[in-house]
Order: sequence, then structure tokens, then C-alpha cells
Amino acid sequence: MKIVVLVKHVPDAQFDRHLSGEGNTADRDESILSELDEYALEAALQLAEARGGSKAGNQVIALSMGPDGAVNAVKKSLQMGATEGVHLTDDALAGSDAAATSLALAAAVRHLGDVDLVITGMASTDGETSLVPAQLAERLGLPQVTFASTLEVDGGRLTARRDADTSSETVEAPLPAVVSVTDQINEPRYPNFKGIIAAKRKSITTLSLADIGVDPSQVGFAGSWTSVASAEQRPPRTAGTIITDEGDAGIKLVDFLAAQKLL
Amino acid sequence: MAKVLVFIDNPGASLKKSSLELLTLARSLGECTVAVNGDLSDGVAAGFAEYGVGSVLRPSVQDLNDYLVAPKAAYVAAAAETSGAGIVLLDNSPEGKEIAARVGIRLNAGVITDVVAVDPDGTAHKSVLAGSYNTACKATTPVSVLTLKANNVTPEPAPAPTTPEIATVDVPNVAAAARITAREQKVASGRPDLTDARIVVAGGRGMDGDFGPVEELADALGAAVGASRAATDAGWISHDAQVGQTGKTVSPQLYISAGISGAIQQKAGMQTAKVIVAVNKDAESPVFEIADFGIIGDVFEVLPQATAEIKKRKG
Ligand SMILES: Cc1cc2nc3c(=O)[nH]c(=O)nc-3n(C[C@H](O)[C@H](O)[C@H](O)COP(=O)(O)OP(=O)(O)OC[C@H]3O[C@@H](n4cnc5c(N)ncnc54)[C@H](O)[C@@H]3O)c2cc1C
Repeated sequence: MKIVVLVKHVPDAQFDRHLSGEGNTADRDESILSELDEYALEAALQLAEARGGSKAGNQVIALSMGPDGAVNAVKKSLQMGATEGVHLTDDALAGSDAAATSLALAAAVRHLGDVDLVITGMASTDGETSLVPAQLAERLGLPQVTFASTLEVDGGRLTARRDADTSSETVEAPLPAVVSVTDQINEPRYPNFKGIIAAKRKSITTLSLADIGVDPSQVGFAGSWTSVASAEQRPPRTAGTIITDEGDAGIKLVDFLAAQKLL
Repeated sequence: MAKVLVFIDNPGASLKKSSLELLTLARSLGECTVAVNGDLSDGVAAGFAEYGVGSVLRPSVQDLNDYLVAPKAAYVAAAAETSGAGIVLLDNSPEGKEIAARVGIRLNAGVITDVVAVDPDGTAHKSVLAGSYNTACKATTPVSVLTLKANNVTPEPAPAPTTPEIATVDVPNVAAAARITAREQKVASGRPDLTDARIVVAGGRGMDGDFGPVEELADALGAAVGASRAATDAGWISHDAQVGQTGKTVSPQLYISAGISGAIQQKAGMQTAKVIVAVNKDAESPVFEIADFGIIGDVFEVLPQATAEIKKRKG
């Protein structure tokens, strides 16, 4: 199987995150491989391993689009076990919204030839829109299964489960397909020493927009279909009253709710 | 006047509050057409009239529920073209957002999710980075596709009811779509829906396997029950109850956090709540940094006492 996993380099949520500069984009210092993409990578590795791994010709290609630093997301993916890395980078990509991002990623996936599956995380932890997987599927004309909490592939078909609010669904799609997976699907592995050493020998291909045949005006701020007019930092929440229970905190809690007219 | 298309998926016997919110917002922006999927019951038709809907569109095919997203998106995009809509509004559920995503590509339209308000000129307001910024964004395309978060618009019937005309839209054929082969209905809890509840009582690892005190307090307050990932992963409560980055985002009037430490991924789902109350026995828990009222104490003492007191006061 040939599986492409989309991995994003995102600001670490453990630190304060900021919007800045042209178009109020997220500040990308202190970035890491998006935690939610680790589940996608793990899902791909498990599918490949169940079929005999790279020795049997299975490929897991980690693809990241982003500035220089984004190559770190690819490197971490190689350490976890991806067989190859691709870094799509071009100054013109800066400021791409979901529509422009999905356009560039669709072109990059096509550039990689016949692919059986594209797996992504359920959302990026910075933009948080969940739009890209569905838009990528629409652009590639492929079926999509989003928010999969299980994933199996048998022959040319995939089966997955999705949990919605009122029901839980089993879905089937023919390959090739685009799948986004939730954090319920597996427990991502940590790169081990062997993986880290092996990653050093794996190749990372760098692609530019010209390589994938995308005109710079179709992406970045120029090619985006949405723009951010203003961004205001919300005043951070501050701590209110804190009391220690002396046997009557439940009653004080109700007093507080009554005073706030919340009863 | 702007034309607005609202998509309502399987409304059932009567319109949900979140649908009424969509219709109310649509009316404030222009002339409203609804694209409905599923049965058009009398109750729903009456709701459309009451909320000033100009026309109602229905799909030419009946099997949209058998597939995931793609055919519904093809239908909504066709309905937007038929009605000449400049704004397409959908709900902010995961499926609503995915349909919006594909509709955006079909219509060459910018998509904005998690919208809480829309100005008359189409500027949408939303918060980003786990609620730490409020932003105003706009589609730069002729058509915009917006998904509206529940609970941000007060439903209001139109000043005068309408008599919507009903028309059918041809759904274009979509070659490749995932098929739904089985659907298991979940048992309804009888409690309010978590995403649009006015009050949420959420429990974490501190509940130590017993969600009884959380559920009893929730019932005394007429609240929905939420949970941290630690609690859902442990299987103490269903995964649907998870609040946070990979669970649900809630912005209730009141969020009571019980036995939850307040990790960043949990805060991401609840820190836009109007009032936050936290009960935790560890004074160092990060949740106290954002609580309006914090109690350093044991959940198994504080929660039952509060529940009993509420019942007493409510008589
Ligand atoms: C990719 C990813 C996504 C995630 N998404 C989410 C998400 O959507 N939602 C989410 O919640 N988490 C999420 N998490 C997990 C998150 O990081 C935390 O691990 C989780 O929120 C911790 O849950 P908790 O606060 O219940 O447990 P803990 O951190 O273990 O805290 C339990 C708290 O209970 C208190 N306590 C214990 N006993 C009592 C008692 N008797 N009375 C009072 N207090 C008591 C303790 O002092 C402690 O503060 C995610 C993590 C990752 C990596």
C-alpha cells in the first residue's frame, strides 16, 4: 500500500500562542508535530505493518506543507516509522486558508502518483477548523471518511467507525480515499532509539510550488478565500474567589450560584 | 437584499433550537431559503413559516442519509446555486463543518467555521486558539459559507409568518462517496444536549469511577453532564461527554468542573463559559487559574452537599 499522511508543524499548545504579522497568522516559534497527526501516522504505520511493512513494498509518506521549520514534523514522522518524507515549502504559501491549503496539498498528493490512502488528523491544533480533509477529498474527487475512530482495510475497501452525537456509524469506501482519524483510534508510539537512527538514512524530498504545478497566485494570502480583518486577544481569565472547604463549601457554592442568578 | 440559504439536515418532527438560531440569523441578513434533507413534517413546515422562510428546497433523491457528506454537499451547493444565495449557513456540528468544507470547494466560496455572530456586511466573528482571541473574518469570494455555533443567537419568530413555496433541487451525481452500512442509535440521556446546554457539570479523574454525584448535581440544576478525557478514556462515562480540544466545545452560562485538573486540552473546550466553578482537592490545579469560584475540597463531600442544598431551596 502507498499511504500519504499529512503532518502539520503547529505552535505548541503548552505555551501561550499568538497571532501576529500580516493577516494575523499564528506565530510559529516553539512549534511541534501536531499531536493529532500522530494518531494519523500511527494508523498508517499499523496498516503498513499488518501488510509486511516496507520490506513488502508498503510506503508511508509523511507530507508536510509549511515554512522551513515544518521539516521537523517530517523528521519526527520518519523517526516514528514513516518510510519517506516530503516537505512542500514555498514563500508564496504563507497565509493560506483551508481552501488554498487543500489546493496545494491536493497538487502535492497528485504529484506523488497513485496513492491508496491519504490519512490526516481530525483537526489541526492551531487552525482547528477540520476543513482541510474534506476539502482535499473534494478536490481529489475521492470519498472521504472523517473522524474515524477505527480503520480497517481489506482488499480495495476500507471500513471505519464514526461516533456522532446520537448514533454511531459504520462506513465503507472504495480506495483510494481520504480518511481523518480521531484520538480514539490508537495510542501513537514514541520514536525509539532505532527509529531515530534509521530516520537519519531516510530521504526527505523538498517540493516547491513549481514542482507541483501550482501558480503562486492560487495559494497564500492571494489565493485564500477568507481573510482575517481583525484579531483581539481576549483578556485572559483571572482567578476569582477561592475557598477551602470547611464542611460547608457545598452550601457556599449554592450561595454563589444564587448570587449569580444561576439557580 | 442578500439571499441566504440555510441547510437543515433531518429536522424530524419539529425544529431544534440550533435550527431556529440559524433561521433567525439568516433573516437578519436577508431573504431566507431553506434546503432541507429528510422528511418535511407538519411541525417543521409550520416552524419555517413562523420563522419567515421564503422558500423551502428538497433534494431530488431520497438516499442522502446513506452516504457520508459528499452527496449532501453536492445538494447544498446545487441549492445555493438555485436560490442565488450569497451566504450559506449550516450548523457547526462535525458533519455541518464537513459539508460546509465541500460546499466551499464546489462554489469557490470561502468557509468560516465556529461563527458566533455575523454583521450585515457578512463579516463573521469567531474565537480562535482555544478561545484566546476574538477575530473578525470575511470571505473574499462572492459567496460565503458559514457554520454557526449553537447558543449565540436568540431564536425569534418573524414579525409576520410566511407561506414558503416548496421546490425540488436536482442533486448532481457524486461518483465517489463513503457509504454508511450500519447505524446504531444511542440511548438518549433525557438531559439537555451538551453543546447547547445553559449549564454543564463536568467530572474528571477525581470522580474515581463514580459519576453519580456529577449526575445528581446536573439533574438538580437541569444541566448537561460533561467529562474530561481521563474520565471518558477510563470508561466511566460515554465518549460523547468529553469536553475539550478533541471533544466538544461548550460555552454555557455556567460550567462546574469537578475533579478535573484543567489541562490545556480541557480548557480549550470550556474557557469561554460565562462563569466557571471548580471543585478540586489540589489547590495547585491549573483549573483554579480560570475559575470564578474555586473550592479546594473533596468532590464527594462538596457535590452532594450542593445538590441537597439546591433541592432544599427549590423546595
Ligand atoms: C491529543 C490530546 C487531546 C486531548 N483532548 C482532550 C480533551 O478534549 N478533553 C480533555 O479533558 N482532555 C484532553 N486531553 C487530555 C488532557 O491532556 C488531560 O490528560 C486530561 O484533561 C486530564 O483529565 P483530568 O483533569 O480529569 O485528570 P487529572 O489531570 O488526573 O486530574 C484529576 C484531578 O482531580 C483531582 N481530584 C482527585 N480526587 C479528587 C477528589 N476526591 N475531590 C476533588 N478533586 C479530586 C486531582 O487533584 C486532579 O487535579 C487530550 C490530550 C491529548 C494528548
